Amino acid sequence: MSACAGDTAAPGADDEVKVTLILKDLVNPFFVALQKGAEAQAEKDGVNLTIASGKKDGDEEGQIQAIENAVLKGEDGILVLPAGPAVNSAITKAREAGLVVIALDTPPDPIDTTDQTFATDNFEAGKLIGEWAASATAGTDVVIALLDQFDDRIIQTDLNRDQGFLTGMGIDTADLGQNGDEAQTGTFSGGNYTIACQEATTGAEDGGREAMENCLTANSDINLVYTINEPSAAGAYKALQAAGLEKDVKIVSIDGSCEGVANVASGIISATSQQYPVNMATLGVETIASVVRGGDYPPVSDGLDFYNTGTALVTDATQDGVDSITSEEATEICW
Amino acid sequence: MSLTTTNIGTVNGLTGQRQSVSRRLQHLLHTNPWVSPLVILVLSIAIFTIINPAFAQPRAISLLIQQTAVIAALGVGQTLVILTAGIDLSVGAVSILATMLSAVLAQDAGLPGWVAIIVGVLTGTLGGLFNGFLVSKLKLPPFIGTLGTLSIFTAISLLLSGGRSIQATELPAEMSAGGERVPIGPFDLNIGVLVVIAIYIVVGYALSQTGWGRHVYAVGDDAEAARLSGIRVNRVLLSVYAVAGLIYGIAAWVLIGRAGAATPNGIVDANLASITAVVIGGTSLFGGRGGIIGTVLGALIIQSFTIGLSLAGVDDQFRVLAVGFLVIFAVAADQWIRKVRA
Repeated sequence: MSACAGDTAAPGADDEVKVTLILKDLVNPFFVALQKGAEAQAEKDGVNLTIASGKKDGDEEGQIQAIENAVLKGEDGILVLPAGPAVNSAITKAREAGLVVIALDTPPDPIDTTDQTFATDNFEAGKLIGEWAASATAGTDVVIALLDQFDDRIIQTDLNRDQGFLTGMGIDTADLGQNGDEAQTGTFSGGNYTIACQEATTGAEDGGREAMENCLTANSDINLVYTINEPSAAGAYKALQAAGLEKDVKIVSIDGSCEGVANVASGIISATSQQYPVNMATLGVETIASVVRGGDYPPVSDGLDFYNTGTALVTDATQDGVDSITSEEATEICW
Repeated sequence: MSLTTTNIGTVNGLTGQRQSVSRRLQHLLHTNPWVSPLVILVLSIAIFTIINPAFAQPRAISLLIQQTAVIAALGVGQTLVILTAGIDLSVGAVSILATMLSAVLAQDAGLPGWVAIIVGVLTGTLGGLFNGFLVSKLKLPPFIGTLGTLSIFTAISLLLSGGRSIQATELPAEMSAGGERVPIGPFDLNIGVLVVIAIYIVVGYALSQTGWGRHVYAVGDDAEAARLSGIRVNRVLLSVYAVAGLIYGIAAWVLIGRAGAATPNGIVDANLASITAVVIGGTSLFGGRGGIIGTVLGALIIQSFTIGLSLAGVDDQFRVLAVGFLVIFAVAADQWIRKVRA
């Protein structure tokens, strides 16, 4: 296809494509990795990339403004990590104005709000650490602490990881669309379980530490800790260390950042599911560049309504029947 | 004292030729605190238009006005409170409470849209009255009182809504009518914007033309002097917080129209954003001087940075940086202007 003149013709392969990447905040290492990945790919594909963001995670109005400004600027496409459902109507307006809108990391609800989504299968990521934990603790009575992200709002990532973990453990989750409705005691695939507590961490170290402290106050027999992400896992470890219990407890988590993988190597985190933000960013930039120049969207993954950017279990205590990579291998591809 | 400001101005006018340019500027800004934000806004628009001519077009200006509407409305309440030498940290929380209560009642209890809107406005007013009670009757410092209600109102909103957002499509049409487009000439505005303009006209009139307005300035300037001159200070304070709450309740409705949803996570930093707008708008945090024209200019300045830097293709970090410098500049300017009293 050659470059054509005129407003209505699709841009040719050599024309610059303009894209705005809208993050949730500018500080979370995951978003920073994603931004760097997008910038690198933009360079390759001749994409002019602008970064925008909400003021902090959950700032829907900030993202709405960023979307409107991208439309005004005449961007060809938007990559967005939706902060919440209120962003939906701004996304719809942007698509009506002819922009390609792709969600990264966080699938919008409903999923067809955006043209496509590139994200981790968070349920699968949770399930992997659940399966590992079930196998590693088989034959013992497990006392579980569930350290989620929020208790004041429902986001799909938080919900799916939690429910995926319980499913991997072989625990009946009752309603998969709801956190916390599972039986507090019962049996998992390797024996009896008790859920000692379910606390919110906001996904940060200080929140993780406080949540773990609360849990230990409620029940000091906890021997398995699920954490929503690695910063909260690091915080939980500090609380366990302060209580002198760190040797007896297994912490499982999700992220696969370089810091988290190092914590797997040093035994702070027993197992983590690694996700690939750079992959999401690369695919997102590539797809907008290609679609604007007349190409197609890559198909969604089998059995899912979005494109799964993959996840791998990282642990140095391999369990039979649970596929995993070592912390050494994960270090090569961490972010 | 602001009550005698006009006299000072006249005296200075008569002896003007003996004053330096900077003294004259100081007096001009003292009597008209909205002049410096107006200059900054014009400069901001001019500079961003040079960088990208798309900025001075009706489309961009329409967007600027639409995006400013909610913070500009909340800023009116914040200005009233700050004029009394107070501060309101609960502004966003009251507004979100009004949003969620009206939306939940409309969706779950099937309340008609206009009834739900009235409930929202009343909720805002009650929230404001409660703040006013804490400040005027219990004599809590406004910073502490509204810090407490910030948590209380936020928690009630979350308990009511269970953290879920309600899309406008699930609500009666009246509730999201604020987002209905109203083309005026080449500009694309909406009903919400017009309502916010009406708030400015009404409150602007009340502040400048009524006894109540003069009392608000007097209380903020020197509460003790105001009391001695026969003003019922507590009653004025209570009314200021109640009117502020009423405006937050109306802003809640504007917000639903703008976002296309009622969401407990809306306007995350409304308290800081509205205070920033008020401060950049030249209203003194020490009370008694300033006004709402400055506030809308302040809000427009911040938003013009967002749109202008976005059109210029500059990443978001730099906008945050620029607003930070602007706040410091505005408060430093206020300190300089205040010296005129000495």
